[in-house]
Amino acid sequence: MAHAYTPGLRVTSDIVIRRRRLLPILGEVVVTQGEPVTAVTEVARTALPGKVYPVNVVNQLSITPDEILSYMRKREGETITKDEPIAENKPFLKWFQVQVRAPITGTIENISHVTGQVFLREPPTLIRLAAYIDGTIVEVMPQQGVVVESRCAFIQGIFGVGGEMVGTLAVAVQRPDEELTAAHLKPEHNGQILIGGSLAQKETFARARELGVRALVVGGVHDRDLKELLGYDLGVAITGTERIGFTLIITEGFGTIPMAKRTFDLLSAKVGQKASCSGATQIRAGVIRPEVIIPLSQINDAQSSVLSPQSLGEGVRVGDTIRVIREPYFGILARVKDLPPELQRIPTESEARVLVATLPDGQDVVIPRANVEMIEE
Amino acid sequence: MNPQDLRVILATDCGSTTTKAILIQKLGDEYRQTHRGEAPTTVEAPFEDVTRGVLNAIQEVEELSGRKILDGERIITPANGSTGVDIYISTSSAGGGLQIMVAGVVKSMSAESAQRCALGAGAIVMDTLASNDGRPSYEKIERIRQLRPDMLLLAGGTDGGTVSHVVEIAEYIAAADPKPRLGLDYQLPVIFAGNKEARSQVQRLLGDKTALSIAENIRPVLERENLLPARHRIHDLFLEHVMAQAPGYKKLISWAGAPIIPTPAAVGMIIETVARRERINVIGVDIGGATTDVFSVFHGAFNRTVSANLGMSYSIANVVAEAGLDNIRRWLPFAFDEQTLRNQIKNKMIRPTTIPQTATDLQVEQAIAREALRLALDQHKELAVGLKGVQQERSVSDAFTQTTSGESLIDMLALDLIIGSGGILSHAPRRVQSMLMMIDAYAPLGITQLAVDSIFMMPHLGVLSTVHEQAATEVFVKDCLVPLGTCVAPIGTGKSGEPCFSYRLLFPDERVIADTIAYGGIHVLPLATDQEAGIELAPARGFDFGTGKGKKLVSKVKGGVVGLVLDARGRPITVAGDEEARVEQLQAWARAMELYPRTED
Repeated sequence: MAHAYTPGLRVTSDIVIRRRRLLPILGEVVVTQGEPVTAVTEVARTALPGKVYPVNVVNQLSITPDEILSYMRKREGETITKDEPIAENKPFLKWFQVQVRAPITGTIENISHVTGQVFLREPPTLIRLAAYIDGTIVEVMPQQGVVVESRCAFIQGIFGVGGEMVGTLAVAVQRPDEELTAAHLKPEHNGQILIGGSLAQKETFARARELGVRALVVGGVHDRDLKELLGYDLGVAITGTERIGFTLIITEGFGTIPMAKRTFDLLSAKVGQKASCSGATQIRAGVIRPEVIIPLSQINDAQSSVLSPQSLGEGVRVGDTIRVIREPYFGILARVKDLPPELQRIPTESEARVLVATLPDGQDVVIPRANVEMIEE
Repeated sequence: MNPQDLRVILATDCGSTTTKAILIQKLGDEYRQTHRGEAPTTVEAPFEDVTRGVLNAIQEVEELSGRKILDGERIITPANGSTGVDIYISTSSAGGGLQIMVAGVVKSMSAESAQRCALGAGAIVMDTLASNDGRPSYEKIERIRQLRPDMLLLAGGTDGGTVSHVVEIAEYIAAADPKPRLGLDYQLPVIFAGNKEARSQVQRLLGDKTALSIAENIRPVLERENLLPARHRIHDLFLEHVMAQAPGYKKLISWAGAPIIPTPAAVGMIIETVARRERINVIGVDIGGATTDVFSVFHGAFNRTVSANLGMSYSIANVVAEAGLDNIRRWLPFAFDEQTLRNQIKNKMIRPTTIPQTATDLQVEQAIAREALRLALDQHKELAVGLKGVQQERSVSDAFTQTTSGESLIDMLALDLIIGSGGILSHAPRRVQSMLMMIDAYAPLGITQLAVDSIFMMPHLGVLSTVHEQAATEVFVKDCLVPLGTCVAPIGTGKSGEPCFSYRLLFPDERVIADTIAYGGIHVLPLATDQEAGIELAPARGFDFGTGKGKKLVSKVKGGVVGLVLDARGRPITVAGDEEARVEQLQAWARAMELYPRTED
């Protein structure tokens, strides 16, 4: 077999990407196809129905469900304010009167004659969906959302936490193998997407939150620091909704790992430019990786390629540069020397498909193909 | 075609990441699995058509078998010479499997029955709501709103029993107005399988808002569970609604000669079938990347649980979070600092398709597997219980069992066979590693046989059992199961080095092996696959093989690719707390079992 399918993370200076922006429930799309948008442009909106609160009126008034209507002060569809009486009994002596008050402000949605419950609904919440990236609306899905297309520099991380952010890119370290320490973070980093090197630890996280940094992009973090940052031990890599004050994107993995030079150089070249980023990660079928998207102001059609699944993962070939993603050569960039087709026995005694790679020190080593990833251009 | 006339059977399992095809042929008088092929599943972009992956996997079978199966994009049926197949069947867990939310009135009664029903149908249960589950009602409504299940199963009330409590839950569902997981433009399928007196009220509340379907009450009287009709309804709706939303499935359904069923339901079917035919008690486990399914059949009662976040790649970090790092470390025959270990495990989580290249890396994964297996069985024991306070009838046709007061049905002494499946067990470099992982995790008692699924064909055989039971069981025994051997282990603890039990192994050729085993050790004797030997076990005072402390047991043991394991480590298995002592202890066990390559000792 001449090549193997081993997708890697995308790091590219000029590409066209598309992002689907979908409402959680049906609503209204407020832009049109072909319309230019910025990251903060509202593209769709919907009114998310408010929370529902059941109130067991019959229990509180000691009546039966079929009597409930005659005790209600409010009818279905009527608005209510918090603490307003919605039902009451009618004793001879007012002293014995019991009133049931609304626990929320909203409307009476339903009065049940079977269970004696009254359902109150809070007012709807307006959800405004932003475009997230600068670009053009290329598809409108009526009532559901849009697809935004953007020509950009594009960097995928391996894992992240925290949601979408928009900010200006800044680099706080000199080299990709330098740790991003708390001392590197300055007040001027407020509102910025800050690029570090090989590691960020808990003190850096605290400082980033304190200064209002929008996002940190670094090579690695220690798992114990992530646990402290989140307040729990992350079990499954499905993230993006954490509220930790900033978004964290790691480009290489867990531990102290220098950021790939190409990633660091590309991000460094974009300092001062506006970027969108997201920590959302989903490592399951339908994989989602965290990303940094830097819209291009100067467009050169000839150099751009369209990011499509077909353009990804055409396979590792002899001569390609790969990154090893598992011990004992974890993190090392190597060049593919040979792709033997037959299964080979590795030190665990498993039979696996392997490749022979030349390490930077000139040593040739055998590595399972499952343990390398392509450096996607 | 009459099932007895089926000679060439093609089956696929459309998993989340891989679609696996197998070819089963009648060779002489027996059915055998002859060829297999696999290809990436193509449910998601850019293909968004599950049949592409199916066709690719079938093409691989064509190439390997030399049989022409496809005519363009059509499966040729029936078989004629070296062309075509007599039937095509399939299972599916693509797109995250079947995700159900269940609700009932009383948590330990109708809600628990609904949970068992959904799990038995092959679903992942996202949450179980009940009137008395301790959550305030507004929280329940919010939970229904937030979760976007594929389906909702509502139970509650015996026939003629409470109506108002059932209606109350239905009111919560109506207020929440839940949306389905896939697609914004169709209604959520809801099955009502509760008090038949409440049907009209439930219809009034949910008829317009959901795709409501009525099934027989799963708990018509307190003393009896009736899970099968609702289980069938779940499968019908899975086909009609959930799968119909997934890209390419309409075409796939039209190809199949039998209804497509969820993968875990199919695995359950084959385990249930084999347990019934062989009249044995079985535990089956399928440890995957994201989830671990446990199936059990004890005295005919079938149960399935799925531990949604216990797995060996996507969920590996969750195993550590749930088990605790110390429980992982207790299975490592070397010292390992916490930070390095934590980072290494998280790196596997974010790059789940990587494989261990070093022996220590393999040992870390196998340590985690032991804890995933243990935790999943603990969760299974909690749900596989008798009906609370009453006699019970469970599962299919002649499957009856009687227990009282909700005791767990899982009786490790009565267990005959453990079947392991999933990459970490099926593809361990040495079969003895699979065997010891399961022994360490489950701590079987008395005499227990162990086996692994060779190439994960249990789903295919499960769906085949619905069409041709004999073919499914023949292939299961001959090609699917790899017998590992038998584990012999007494209950009790003692002092290291003191006698634990004596044994006499009587071979058919009248050869006899006899010895006394000291407490704290583990040993393996060769006993080949298809070999059976008599065994006389004499436990030392304080130890019990299920016949009473110190009392003899005479029985038979079956062989396997590993052999007969004599486990005198006591029950529970105790690993030294001190790191140096632990490393020495685990290395001694590993040497005795020839667990790892010698160079790594």
